Amino acid sequence: MANLLEVEELRKSYGSLVVTDSVSLSVGEGEALGVIGPNGAGKTTLFSLITGATRPDAGRVRLDGRDITGVGAAGRCIAGVCRSHQIPQPFEKLTVFENLLVGACFGRAMSEAEATDHCAGVLELTGLIAKANRPGGSLTLLDRKRLELARALATQPRLLLLDEIAGGLTEGECESLIGTIAAIRAGGTTIVWIEHIVHALLAVVGRLVVLNFGRKIAEGNAHAVMDLPEVREIYLGSPV
Amino acid sequence: MTTLVDIVLQGVLLGGLYALFAAGLSLIFGVMRLVNLAHGDLIVLAAFLMLALTRVLGLPLPVAALLCLPLMFAIGYALQRLVLDPVLGKDILPPLLTTFGLSIIIQNGLLEGFSADSQRLSGGGVETLSLPLGGGLAIGLMPLLTFLAAILVIVALNRLFYATALGRAFRAVSDDPEIARLMGIDNRRLFAVAMGLALSVCAVAAFFLGMRSNFDPTIGPARLLFAFEAVIIGGLGSLWGTLAGGVVLGVAQTAGAALNPEWQLLAGHLVFLAILVARPRGLFPRATD
Repeated sequence: MANLLEVEELRKSYGSLVVTDSVSLSVGEGEALGVIGPNGAGKTTLFSLITGATRPDAGRVRLDGRDITGVGAAGRCIAGVCRSHQIPQPFEKLTVFENLLVGACFGRAMSEAEATDHCAGVLELTGLIAKANRPGGSLTLLDRKRLELARALATQPRLLLLDEIAGGLTEGECESLIGTIAAIRAGGTTIVWIEHIVHALLAVVGRLVVLNFGRKIAEGNAHAVMDLPEVREIYLGSPV
Repeated sequence: MTTLVDIVLQGVLLGGLYALFAAGLSLIFGVMRLVNLAHGDLIVLAAFLMLALTRVLGLPLPVAALLCLPLMFAIGYALQRLVLDPVLGKDILPPLLTTFGLSIIIQNGLLEGFSADSQRLSGGGVETLSLPLGGGLAIGLMPLLTFLAAILVIVALNRLFYATALGRAFRAVSDDPEIARLMGIDNRRLFAVAMGLALSVCAVAAFFLGMRSNFDPTIGPARLLFAFEAVIIGGLGSLWGTLAGGVVLGVAQTAGAALNPEWQLLAGHLVFLAILVARPRGLFPRATD
């Protein structure tokens, strides 16, 4: 399996606080990788480094073998990287549909007609079609989370980065989200998913990476990783 | 009674010119939150550009004016990329100072190149034509065309903003520039296109300014002031509001001038202040901002 994403010795610090400490990881084409770790472990910063919103102090990011470390955020979106945000950030004054069209027209250079068809399909998939003409800023939290996913999908990413998208959902909503994400993966999209809701994560991903204090402390088969003592310690506290 | 109707009519038409001054200013502020203090001087620059094209190259005025649209677009694009982009950021002071400096540079550059003489764009007599309306009323052809041009520019800009992919990108960047980049929008290029468009609108304004009145290198800041007043009276972010603002300002100035020719500007400023006190967000503020 060829690697779609390769992150090599990525490092980022703010002052003396090292938030990403020599992290390396790779994700195969079509794979779904889970990222877990306590709050402040540097998970979201890792996404910012991969999408190009933040510049690393050192290290490389490669997409499909091509070094994109020096490519800006817009260029990386066009290359096929898109993310959802943990705290939804819709374009508040644009309608839900327009929120998606922006990504389709600029991230994927679709014509207006192609973009309209594609975005309508994405709204159908994410259950937002009834709210297509509402301003993004008028949505409830649940719908804002859906919009985050939908807007990322509108750019037809090869690599989809999901940041705690299941947080705050009810059990039923979470089940339907798992179904949606599994369907996206089945369509061939590579996924990296940061999530605290471990059972949702395990329903989709086969491999896990664990971050703590900016370092990668474990990696491997999802269930095996969850059984590691150091991971259990982070999630369940130290054994008595 | 006829006098009153005449004042309102002339004032409304004058408002068209102020709306043209203001449209580009409003566009730039809307897209990149940049207050362009050189806006008035850029209008005057466009007028001198037309003058130079007619005088030096001997082009007919309509051709020169049309040629100025892409020329001003190119100037705007380059200005944004080379001068304004590097100073745009979280702090609003550097771009403000940069455009202030630009204003001084343009004024002095024009003084150097064209002297302080008062100039006029000559339309071969078109500028003095007027349409009689009966009952002793008449409206000038140029003021009427100015007003129609203002409506046309506003309709076109509104269509651009609300019915095209480019306009959607403008609104997305205005809403959240960081997220817009993550959606594949190259902000820098988009800003440059916006500045190009704004300066093209400046060229339209310059054409009507130059046909209707004399201009010299120093009148830019006063045009900027009228543009500001029109935008603020109308309410930030609404182009139709800007036209309304221009009309209010135009009527106020015409009425003031009718009472006493020295009161033209004073009356405009007083009405502006009165509206600012009564409706601090303008007559037609955008619903959410």
